Amino acid sequence: MNTETLNQNLTATHEAHQTRGAKALFGFWTYIMSDVLLFGAIFASYAVLHDNIFGGPSAKELFSMPFVLVETLVLLASSFTFGLASLHAHHHAEGRNCIPKVVKWLGITFLLGAVFLGMELFEFAKLLEEGNGWQRSGFLSAFFTLVGTHGLHVTAGLIWMGSVTAQVVRHGITERTINKISTLGLFWHFLDIVWIFIFTFVYLMGAI
Amino acid sequence: MFGNLTLSAIPTDPITIGGGFVMVLSISTIIGLLTYFKKWKWLWTEWLTSVDHKKIGVMYIILAFVMMLRGFSDAIMMRLQQALSVGDAVGYLPPEHYDQIFTAHGVIMIFFVAMPLMFGLINWAVPLQIGARDVAFPFLNSMSLWLTITGAMLVNLSLVVGEFAATGWLAYPPLSGIVYSPGVGVDYYIWALQIAGVGSLLSGINFFVTILMMRAQGMNMMRMPVFTWTVFCSMILVIISFPILTATLGMLSLDRLLGMHFFTSDFGGNAMMYVNLIWAWGHPEVYILVLPAFGIFSEVVATFSRKKLFGYTTMIWATIAITFLSFVVWVHHFFTMGAGANVNAFFGIMTMIIAIPTGVKIFNWLFTMFRGRIIFASPMLWMIGFVVTFTIGGMTGVLLAVPGADFQLHNSLFLIAHFHNTIIGGVVFGYFAGLTYWWSKIFGFTLNERLGKAAFWHWIIGFFVTFTPLYILGLMGMTRRLNNIPAGTGWETLLYVAGIGALIIGIGIVLQILQLIVSIRDREKNRDTTGDPWDARTLEWSTSSPPPFYNFAVIPVVWGRSPFWGMKNNPTERELNPQYQDIHMPKNTGMGLYIAIASFFVGFGLVWHIWWLAGLGFVAVIALVIIRSFDYDTEYVVTAEEIARIENARKQK
Repeated sequence: MNTETLNQNLTATHEAHQTRGAKALFGFWTYIMSDVLLFGAIFASYAVLHDNIFGGPSAKELFSMPFVLVETLVLLASSFTFGLASLHAHHHAEGRNCIPKVVKWLGITFLLGAVFLGMELFEFAKLLEEGNGWQRSGFLSAFFTLVGTHGLHVTAGLIWMGSVTAQVVRHGITERTINKISTLGLFWHFLDIVWIFIFTFVYLMGAI
Repeated sequence: MFGNLTLSAIPTDPITIGGGFVMVLSISTIIGLLTYFKKWKWLWTEWLTSVDHKKIGVMYIILAFVMMLRGFSDAIMMRLQQALSVGDAVGYLPPEHYDQIFTAHGVIMIFFVAMPLMFGLINWAVPLQIGARDVAFPFLNSMSLWLTITGAMLVNLSLVVGEFAATGWLAYPPLSGIVYSPGVGVDYYIWALQIAGVGSLLSGINFFVTILMMRAQGMNMMRMPVFTWTVFCSMILVIISFPILTATLGMLSLDRLLGMHFFTSDFGGNAMMYVNLIWAWGHPEVYILVLPAFGIFSEVVATFSRKKLFGYTTMIWATIAITFLSFVVWVHHFFTMGAGANVNAFFGIMTMIIAIPTGVKIFNWLFTMFRGRIIFASPMLWMIGFVVTFTIGGMTGVLLAVPGADFQLHNSLFLIAHFHNTIIGGVVFGYFAGLTYWWSKIFGFTLNERLGKAAFWHWIIGFFVTFTPLYILGLMGMTRRLNNIPAGTGWETLLYVAGIGALIIGIGIVLQILQLIVSIRDREKNRDTTGDPWDARTLEWSTSSPPPFYNFAVIPVVWGRSPFWGMKNNPTERELNPQYQDIHMPKNTGMGLYIAIASFFVGFGLVWHIWWLAGLGFVAVIALVIIRSFDYDTEYVVTAEEIARIENARKQK
């Protein structure tokens, strides 16, 4: 094999890796678009059912706004800390050793996500304790499903974050792990946006 | 330990036992043959773990044919029951069994025949048509296949363990709620569709990304083959509509499992919300199926008329228009809900508007044939049969789109005849045309034409003999899903005719099976050595039949809409003396199969409330996905020398 073909092959390999990353990112972005539709269907159901309280409590009577505000701030903060993790990952790609920082910020994001999830479960437990479970009315079914679906997504995100952190520790910051961080980032920030909608439609508009 | 699963779940009536017996017999025959010929290793390494899109396509199509035999048996049983149950006669099927049969027929035909056939053909043709070596995510492709098979297996299992839904193919609540359907039938339905639905969604994303990011150099969007275009639009519909199905069935199962009140009759539930949601998926679904069929017809009509397709640009825009419109017509499935005159008028008009782009397509196909040198090969016969049949189906559809007329015809056999007219005449004929057209590409030999044509004539004649009477019966007032025909209605003669029609279609299916057997026997005689048996125009014909596992030794460069036409007639220097380079190919993996098996246990556990099994399966799915994500060694390199060796060996043959 002469040098020219060799170089060509090397470029081809490099390109293959790059397009693989681009495909994964775009494919995952497409998945998120489909997830928008999943949440859209549940939001629509909530919109239809939110007045069907069937003699039970309404949104106005149930939710504690300060609690939800703290919950929201925790999740928003976790998006910010995730941003710091990706920032450090890209700095590392530019030649500085940032692996400990990436792991640290991923860990903090994980903790904030777990706190958010814990607060959500606490809210659920409180509602159940007061006898306002999902079996109480169509409204409460839709509420638990909408917020719960978001919570399940956050849980999936946490498991995934654990897996990606372990891969960063194992392989360092490579083209491949940066890509995984970026994909997870898409997901994590997306969950933030969904939560903003839940906060607005379920809690804020429910409080009016 | 076993939840609600007890020995009483095994059915006792002779028909079900017979069905189960046939199933067990065929499975043990296959296992026996594999063991006898020592083919297990071959099966595992060459097929079950393969991530090659061509082989995955073959497995999808095998699944579709196996399930078609079951779905068609259901159809024959329904025709027989209606013919045997006039007046005091009760027929041979008890009501609860009959209800399961019409539900299973619809579910199987749409989800486990039409969808796998579609994904099979997409897998066969799309990567080859765009000059790609594989799909964007080969591992996900394998996983999608196995998730679809898992769904189909859950439906089949319901035949021998428990029961299937008796609710009709879309399982409307409150009938499908826990109060009126306390058994496991609806749960089988839900989890079979949920698992297969995840597979479809992943395939949708996979091909969407493949088409957008993996086209050969020079193939811009308006140079893509029409089949690839229609698949692209169909995949957009999959990505948008399948999440709605997942959410809807999810809410139905929350109602059933956790006692929620989405669709219940009291506690503030709203059953019509289910009907709206399920059709927000269901209407796009029929376009998901028919758009690729339109694409196949566009390829076939150009090839066999010896002309390029008439009106390529209008064909593409018509496809895009249908894609958009398919999302704003869902209410026409239930005008009788009583949404009011204005709402119904809107959806009625939108529905009628779909006839315009569809008409554009019909005329494009006709003008392609006009003054062409038409070769009446069997794909072309399916095409011509489709134009005639589908036009009738389309026109009865426009008739049903008038809300006033629909109030009369809603849920009547007229509707049944209409949608079979479009699905058989459009989707089924299209996929059969595609199957014959691309068969030689994948297997390296053409199918027997005589039997293929005979099968076509039986199908089309059988179709009209079956469904013309149903149109008339619908106008006479006969509703769908009746298991007993009141005496004195005068419906029985037409029902007998319809039964005879179903038998004619049955002969058509037998002829198709015969066609496969005869063609495989005579494969040496019908070898396609050129790679281009139909003298076609698109890239899939530029490689050998069957293509090497890497599809193209050198990725072609595209200069126009008929890239292979140029290559054949004026090959460039690059095409005459190819310079081979190393190729990266994905490694085979059994992970897709493992994940599907784990999700089968999740589904089975949830159906029977065996919580530990469902939980274990769920943990296994997550663990397997993580293990896969830790695997960085998923590709291997085929060296340029290796490719040169394979290509030279082929050229010398």
